[in-house]
Amino acid sequence: MDDLLAARSQMAMSLAFHIIFAAIGIAMPLLMIVAEWKWLRSKDEIYLTLAKRWAKGTAILFAVGAVSGTVLSFELGLLWPGFMGYAGSIIGMPFSLEGFAFFTEAIFLGIYLYGWERVPPRSHLFAGVMVALSGAASGIFVVIANAWMNTPAGFRLVDGKLLDIDPIAAMMNPAAFPQTLHMTLAAYAATGFAVAGIHAFMLLRDPQNRFHKAALAIALAVGGVTAILQPLSGDLLAKSVAKTQPVKLAAFEGQFKTETGAPFRIGGIPDESAGVTRYAIEVPYALSMLAYGDPNATVKGLNDFPADVRPPVEIVHVSFQIMVACGVAMMLIALWAAWRYLRTRRVRTWFDSKWFLRLLVAAAPLGFIAIETGWVVTEVGRQPWIIQGVMRTSEAVTPMPGLVVPFVTFTLLYILLAIVTVWLLLRQVAASP
Amino acid sequence: MPLETIIAGVMIASLVLYALLGGADYGGGVWDLFAFGKRAQQQRKLIAEAIGPVWEANHVWIILLIVVLFTAFPPAFAAVATALHIPITLLLIGIVLRGTAFTFRTYDVQRDDVQRRWSLVFSIASIITPLLLGLILGAVASGTIRVDNGAVTTGFFRSWLAPFPFAVGFFALALFAFLAAVYLTLETRDRALQDDFRLRALIAGVIVGLLALTVFVLAGTGAPTVRAGISRSWWALALHVCTAVFATGAFYALWTRQYRLARVCAAAQVTLILLGWAFAQYPHIVEPDITIFSAAAPRITLQLLLAALIAGALLLFPSYYYLFRIFKRVPASYDTRD
Repeated sequence: MDDLLAARSQMAMSLAFHIIFAAIGIAMPLLMIVAEWKWLRSKDEIYLTLAKRWAKGTAILFAVGAVSGTVLSFELGLLWPGFMGYAGSIIGMPFSLEGFAFFTEAIFLGIYLYGWERVPPRSHLFAGVMVALSGAASGIFVVIANAWMNTPAGFRLVDGKLLDIDPIAAMMNPAAFPQTLHMTLAAYAATGFAVAGIHAFMLLRDPQNRFHKAALAIALAVGGVTAILQPLSGDLLAKSVAKTQPVKLAAFEGQFKTETGAPFRIGGIPDESAGVTRYAIEVPYALSMLAYGDPNATVKGLNDFPADVRPPVEIVHVSFQIMVACGVAMMLIALWAAWRYLRTRRVRTWFDSKWFLRLLVAAAPLGFIAIETGWVVTEVGRQPWIIQGVMRTSEAVTPMPGLVVPFVTFTLLYILLAIVTVWLLLRQVAASP
Repeated sequence: MPLETIIAGVMIASLVLYALLGGADYGGGVWDLFAFGKRAQQQRKLIAEAIGPVWEANHVWIILLIVVLFTAFPPAFAAVATALHIPITLLLIGIVLRGTAFTFRTYDVQRDDVQRRWSLVFSIASIITPLLLGLILGAVASGTIRVDNGAVTTGFFRSWLAPFPFAVGFFALALFAFLAAVYLTLETRDRALQDDFRLRALIAGVIVGLLALTVFVLAGTGAPTVRAGISRSWWALALHVCTAVFATGAFYALWTRQYRLARVCAAAQVTLILLGWAFAQYPHIVEPDITIFSAAAPRITLQLLLAALIAGALLLFPSYYYLFRIFKRVPASYDTRD
């Protein structure tokens, strides 16, 4: 394994690991405060138990998220000193703001987790609200920094140097809004579905359990609403990619030839050497329509970009397909849940059907699969660039040799952490009322 | 005052707060390992209760430090991260293991063997991490990281595989353990437990003194520029006198069981040590090739960063105060002065 590949693998592994905890860290506080708010309003103890139970799980996950996030902030320099030395002054801003958001999150999470007996109920709920808000803000700031790598803005490029930099304009880069919206919704949808799936599983074993019913109702409401909104934000983001990173869009779609009235491909395996995507179901005109809002728009194909600026097509296309499939499945389940609810105005319809519960169990991992594949699409789709059109990933990597060693070390460490975390969460679930 | 200096001052302030707050959490881990006697379990429990609600917030100071470093002085971050890749990687492993083992211990089965296993990971990580942190700072101060035209020319080992950085590492570890022991005397009403940590604080205080001397001597060849700063500048004498006064004050207060006073003195002592280092190294951020002026980001970045830091502080400090008021308020009766 050469050092560039090892560095990329270590970064990818660290991000793939951290994003799970980050997404949960954004969404779980919302579920907890909904439960706690329902307790304050109804005085039904079951909601208090629920908030406390969820808080325990969140405490474990947040700790792993906090330390794996620390690793990432250092890895930016450990693995990509060329990038940080070059662009730190322009993208440091969102990271600094994230620092304060994370501070707020950690402070109020401490109060939330350990303060049940120490602060009055309303102050406790307020602490939860602060955790939920600052958690979402943290995520948004970090994604803004990533969006800048995709659509760099706020500088003039003169002789390879960034001049006249404007950190505010950099934060307002074209991808910032669609990307942060897409990721924030993803966090709620993925976490909501995962939690709903766990409680659905428990309900299948113990159908009359009020605790799990209350939990499922809150989780599915949060996950469902966001899952229905998510395809809209995805569309917004795809249109932005089409405009700002056309080569990435072509890779999403396995679009090799420049085509007017291009089709949307479902499935299919791109063959880079032959320059075709085989075995795909093609929906005529749909890509032109989706990307540019015009069925006859021209979509520039990969073949018309120089070979040295093309991302690896297979992995990007396949990941994109998986992400979209998961998102669509979640949206359909959410619509079904909404229909069941709207027909009777009772959430009871979610617990009555064994098949619906089984479906929720099956759908539990979909959101996280979509998040992982979505980040593969974003990051691999930008290659060979670390800053689109400005700096190549190979120019940014550290001169440090033997990078395979830290890669393997961190991989083993994270596998261990994952096993322990899952084991502890299973214990929590098994011990639930 | 130049903007660069103000931002560097904010970084030093973050480092001081990290040492005083986060450092003490590591120190707690040290005393977890050295918990012995018939109150060992109570000692561990007290440490866990003291750290539990605050360690994650305290930990963010180091993240703030790094983020400000790479925003305001990007080439310095790049150089340090390159030259010290290996110790920083080990530091990260320590940070990960400390935080996760502590949390896992809290939520895993409350059976002795399971708890002991997590305690061991937690406490060993709590020892290794401050050691590496001190080592990294020592290497930065040593003047052996050479940078030419943005590229590190002194390789990946030379700057930290030396006696001076290791001495600083042990010094940091001793300081954190000292702080933790002093703070822990105020976490309980139990006189016997207070005395346990009083004794530990006194022992750690002596070790701090010995290691301070070692670091100073080794700095003669290990970090000559910084050594010159702390021995020959106009402010050096005043600094040493103040540090000595607070160190003595901490001993006196511990001896007479005035734990609040001890806490103030210990914190002041640690603050002055870090300030002394910062003054001696100023304006260098990496001795001797990178200064805060040569590495500074464009003015607009520094201005916006400062604005963000001020706005962030307005949000942060009241929240932080609230957290500590809830969990760390000490009733007056905790001083057990004879």
